[in-house]
Amino acid sequence: MTEHRPATITGADIFEQLLGSGIEYIVSVPDITTSEGLLWPLATTEKRFKLIRVCKEDEGVSICGALSFCNKRALLLMQHTGLLDSINAIRASACEYRLPVAMMVGLLNKEPDVPPRQSSHYGVRIVEPILGAMAVPHDLLEVADDAARIKPAIERSYSDSWPTVLMIGRRM
Amino acid sequence: MMRRDHCFEALARHIDGQIIVPVYQSAQQWRVAKPGYPLTFFSTGAMGQGSSCALGLALGRPDKRVIVLDGDGSLLMNLGTLVTIAHQGPKNLLHFVSQNGTYEANGGHPIPGCNQVSFAQLALAAGYRKAFEFTDLTDFEARIGQVLQEEGPVFVTLKIVAGDPPPQDMQFIHGEAARATFRAALGGP
Repeated sequence: MTEHRPATITGADIFEQLLGSGIEYIVSVPDITTSEGLLWPLATTEKRFKLIRVCKEDEGVSICGALSFCNKRALLLMQHTGLLDSINAIRASACEYRLPVAMMVGLLNKEPDVPPRQSSHYGVRIVEPILGAMAVPHDLLEVADDAARIKPAIERSYSDSWPTVLMIGRRM
Repeated sequence: MMRRDHCFEALARHIDGQIIVPVYQSAQQWRVAKPGYPLTFFSTGAMGQGSSCALGLALGRPDKRVIVLDGDGSLLMNLGTLVTIAHQGPKNLLHFVSQNGTYEANGGHPIPGCNQVSFAQLALAAGYRKAFEFTDLTDFEARIGQVLQEEGPVFVTLKIVAGDPPPQDMQFIHGEAARATFRAALGGP
């Protein structure tokens, strides 16, 4: 018997959704989960977005928030460790100021097909509860069909002026 | 020693159409120096993030000059911003830091390295195009007009004492009304 597993979400799937969502800037600190699928293409061949490399993820929260005042849409691409490091910036700029900060977060070391809350890795397990406590909507993207959730999440973030997190659960 | 409020009064005489991004204590004095100036972006969020907000605004509105009025304690919380800004190289960004060597809003404790750190040297080493340092108000008043014409990213250290305590209105600084005013002045969404 042959087992058919759904295909893992790809960078191409994500780029098309981001373009359809009006994303112009991608702000990033490298994340190993999305390095090959997203960040390296952005740095080399994928020229439809403007890449802003930052030293620390909280800079990216502020940059994305400020760009929204200029009617520019942006995505902050980072690892979940960077998300955890940026909680105070998200609390202040995205939540208390009610700014649309869209984030794509690679879940380093999350086991395939294991829900983040059931990961054996403490840092992965706590991501969703923290986002829940902050009332930040979040979606898990692992397979190709999940890409369809990207555009609605980003549109909702900008229409509600509120942050959103798209978690990448498999290494691309 | 220069007073920050006097420096801001001198700066305000040259401001017409630029975006100003003042952090906390600077924001309170900026409100007195240039009351009701609508292109003031007060919403710098978490401590240290003013310069990152300014970078976003500078990239999003290349037609506008953006001036961030940072603090020394704030800058120390986000030193990587110097490298990020230099790497992006926005020609329309001027980064001022008021250096009084203390965490002014947190009890007046000294910042690490308060007697030795040179923010101007750090900025140049990070890749800023030019850096200036002012210790005398007369000199600042004479040269600020020219400094504001420089191609960015430019760094300006103001070695200051705080001056008169400004009225404190954190509710305004962090409030939606300030953001709405700025958004409307910028012609944004």
